[in-house]
Amino acid sequence: MGHRILIVEDSPTMRQLLVFALRRLKEIEIVEAQDGMDGLRKVSSDHFDLALIDINMPVMDGLKLISLIRGDESLKEIPIVVITTEGANEDRRRALELGANEYLCKPIQANQVLTVVKGLLKAE
Amino acid sequence: MSEQDRLSTRAEDFLALFNKGAEFTRELLKENERLRGRLAAVTDRQESAARNPGDWDKLRHELMTRIATLEEECTTVRERLDQVELENSQFAQRYVEVEEENNNLANLYVSSYQLHSTLDMTEVLRIITEIVINLIGAEVFAVYLIDGEKSELQPVISEGMELSAFPKANLGAGVLGKAVASNETTCWDTQRSDDLSQPIVCVPLVVQNRPIGAIAVYGLLAQKDGFTALDHELFNMLGGHAATAIFAARLYSQSERKLNTIQGFIDLLTK
Repeated sequence: MGHRILIVEDSPTMRQLLVFALRRLKEIEIVEAQDGMDGLRKVSSDHFDLALIDINMPVMDGLKLISLIRGDESLKEIPIVVITTEGANEDRRRALELGANEYLCKPIQANQVLTVVKGLLKAE
Repeated sequence: MSEQDRLSTRAEDFLALFNKGAEFTRELLKENERLRGRLAAVTDRQESAARNPGDWDKLRHELMTRIATLEEECTTVRERLDQVELENSQFAQRYVEVEEENNNLANLYVSSYQLHSTLDMTEVLRIITEIVINLIGAEVFAVYLIDGEKSELQPVISEGMELSAFPKANLGAGVLGKAVASNETTCWDTQRSDDLSQPIVCVPLVVQNRPIGAIAVYGLLAQKDGFTALDHELFNMLGGHAATAIFAARLYSQSERKLNTIQGFIDLLTK
């Protein structure tokens, strides 16, 4: 059975790059969201096995989205990977505190994405 | 139970035990007979072979030949195994290289695809910014464009600092001006420069050998500790593709303006 992954990222370049990386996984379905609000709408209306969430986004940022997902009984088990710009900043710490499972720092490498995603999907 | 009955029972038990012993003895004798037969057969074969010493030599020779062949085969298999292990290691190394190349190509493809996905100047500049942040890992940088009349490089978009903080530069003067005039990407292997006249990376934006601007990087993200081969590929790609995208957006904007003017003129004449 395949996995469904949600990418919540405002940058089309990053989204396309993440899709490129994730396409190497077998039986994967990828859904894209362009900001936190769009991400919340999509994650609430469909089942996902994992979500990749950027922190800095318009409309609703990644931290808010993570807190809403973790606060929802039906969504709180979804593994979350956070994508941050800075290596060791406050955002990353807060995201992990809010319940993110892993984080990736930009500039990201396809193999890093695959390793983290595979690990979380396997552990699910 | 009477004494006689007890004796009778014990006698029956003893008889049963005795019968079992007799049965076991018969089986032993039978086995002994079978082994004797086999021993006799082996002795016969040995005596038969011993009668002709040539047979022993022949047998020995055959066995020695067989051992030599097997040893040779063993050596060949060991050599082949070493060879396969070496090939395996080379394939693993090649796989890593191909993965890296694949990753680099994906980055380059996505960047150039995004750059040419729009004819809107603001959008093009936003995409350049995204690429420089997300793919190269720059924290402080500015995109400069040449003001045609003054031959001056003016910052048009920046990240990490206010746009007004970035100084203008004349073509051929200073690190940035010289890099653009010579059409050569310059890159210093350092993490940050606090002097805004000394960018750590200058990428001239060139269309048909004519410079139209530059990307100047002054600082990298904390986790980025140097430039990779992919970064240099991205600099080259940006130098050409970002320039073409900016050039196309400018042309499109000009043609739109001209079209509107002509349309307005036609409307004026026909109304």
